[in-house]
Amino acid sequence: MEPARTIQVKVLTRVEGEGALFVRLRNNIIEDVRLQIYEPPRFFEAFLCDRSLEEIPDITARICGICPVAYQMSSVHALEAALGIVISPEIRRLRRLLYCGEWIESHALHMHLLHAPDFLGYESGIAMAQDHKREVARGLRLKKHGNQLLDVLGGRAIHPVNVCVGGFYRAPRREDLTALIPDFEWGLEAAMAATRWVAGFDFPAFRQPCELVAVVHPDEYAMNEGRVTSSAGHSWPVDEYETAFAEEHVAHSTALQSRRVPGGTSYLTGPLARINLSRAQLSPAARRLADEIKFESPCQNPFKAIIARGLELVHAYEVALEILKTYRPPVPSRIPYLHRQGSGCAATEAPRGLLYNRYTVDATGQVTASRIVPPTAQNQRQIEQDLRDHLPGLLHLGDAEVALGCERLVRSYDPCISCSTHFLQLKLERS
Amino acid sequence: MTAKPRLAVFKFASCDGCQLSLLDCEDELLAVAGAVEIVHFAEATSRMEPGPYDIVLVEGSITTPDDAARIQDVRANARFLMTIGACATAGGIQSLRNWADHQEFLQAVYARPEYISSLATSTAIADHVPVDFELRGCPISRQQLLEVLVALIDGRKPQTPGHGVCLDCKRRGSVCITVARGVPCMGPLTQSGCGAICPAFDRGCYGCFGPAPQVQPRSLTGHLLEQGAPPRQLVQLLRNFNGFAPEFRGESERLISQQET
Repeated sequence: MEPARTIQVKVLTRVEGEGALFVRLRNNIIEDVRLQIYEPPRFFEAFLCDRSLEEIPDITARICGICPVAYQMSSVHALEAALGIVISPEIRRLRRLLYCGEWIESHALHMHLLHAPDFLGYESGIAMAQDHKREVARGLRLKKHGNQLLDVLGGRAIHPVNVCVGGFYRAPRREDLTALIPDFEWGLEAAMAATRWVAGFDFPAFRQPCELVAVVHPDEYAMNEGRVTSSAGHSWPVDEYETAFAEEHVAHSTALQSRRVPGGTSYLTGPLARINLSRAQLSPAARRLADEIKFESPCQNPFKAIIARGLELVHAYEVALEILKTYRPPVPSRIPYLHRQGSGCAATEAPRGLLYNRYTVDATGQVTASRIVPPTAQNQRQIEQDLRDHLPGLLHLGDAEVALGCERLVRSYDPCISCSTHFLQLKLERS
Repeated sequence: MTAKPRLAVFKFASCDGCQLSLLDCEDELLAVAGAVEIVHFAEATSRMEPGPYDIVLVEGSITTPDDAARIQDVRANARFLMTIGACATAGGIQSLRNWADHQEFLQAVYARPEYISSLATSTAIADHVPVDFELRGCPISRQQLLEVLVALIDGRKPQTPGHGVCLDCKRRGSVCITVARGVPCMGPLTQSGCGAICPAFDRGCYGCFGPAPQVQPRSLTGHLLEQGAPPRQLVQLLRNFNGFAPEFRGESERLISQQET
């Protein structure tokens, strides 16, 4: 028998966290594809137990430095469900604004510094700036707007301090939010220009029909609330999430891999899933832009997630502007509540996809059980499936090019490996 | 003219937030990238050059046997090694495992604990190798990061303040929430750097910048206990992102042993 051939990319770069990829080929037949996540486990679900529920949004934020708001949002909504707290429409809008800040910061970062260099042939966004200064500077300014919004609403961009169970510790002053409007008006136009720019890139011809899953809401492009919805025609209230999706522990990953139940198949969450399921609910400017650039519906090319991020960037700016212009501080800024024994769950849309949290609390306000299912853990199996299907088109290339092609595909998912626990390495074996 | 310093960033167990702080210096990023050679920074660039490096930023704590070996290698290749953030300087939130049963934690999270290789403790980088400079915070302050980088490039000593958060609150004009409302606040024990944001947002400081120099945690916990704060709440306040920093650790262990006697 021919020996297997191995090609290795030791550290996958321009992703959040650390991971590896292992591919083994024999006679150009793919024997194995494994997304290896060796990020050291940090045991969040274990040490959240016995903590006061009031501390949970501060602690879960530390799962991910790029999307702390997503962890704060999923955890406070789940805890509010456990405690029977109903937040006011004003608090709900303010949370939506906060989430817009994170989508803007995270999407602008991924588009400009992490993903665009793949299409234009640079090692980094910083290197790309030598020839594309205007675009990189524009991207950095967009990213900064997201951070400024988080600064005003949450005190700081990374691990903001203002989110609490029931609402916000303190409502921001109207003038502090109003002051952001001119920048955000510039940003809306700039986000459209950035999206047109990325839509003009050359995309590998790759079509991958798969099951898409996102939170969907009847009245809006969902962020914090809605039904878990699949492109296969199913939808579930959030408290039935665990009946439709299960996690499995595989040997090559410190992240648990999600799969559909029954069937055990892979599925995709994230910007492409959201746009394909809720395109009609994008903000008017984002919807018009999607039509203008002839963004296909459904879009089944994972490399085009960069365009989906651009459209969501436009959407987040337009939604944020609307809230900034009509903002009145919520009174009270947090809904009072009493401790009680209970269990609750929530799913919100992190920049990278659906983030599910469930908690059980006791009558003294201590957490007794927790479950966290991050987007990248859910996408892991789909990423492996996509690599398996994309690889045959690359095998005529040399090892380095195959490795790069695989890395590019993995990067298009904007994997957040710290979330799922982390470390990517590409190792390709072939005969 | 001397060559630009070669800068590398290495990650251990962490959330990536502190290294993201470098990319969050949106206005200064391209200037910094022009003043140094960023030769190893996996989150930002596919350029991955081997050492030696002039400036190494280390994020994260040591939690696996592989990482305990890797930090030795990083140190051997670093002329100036600076830790960034609470994980690297104090073990991070994951150091809560240091007081728990590691096997129990593994079984709580993973169906197949035999697939996981991890140490029973999460420890600071300085517990493993000599560290030239420590930047505190969960996350670090990007202004402080820039200050240290600029100082290193200019060959001067970095100016990072060592006073407590309390002083920043006074400067900011925030009303003391412990005095006025009886809210437990770690401000008196915590090092400056965040800008005293928590009291400005009507909540107590939770110590994310770690202990300020020469603090006496006992005087604060004694006061809060007198005010009626449950000892358990104080232990939790001390045991979060910098819980394994010696000053916070000593006090939380003292409070627990006091309860037991």
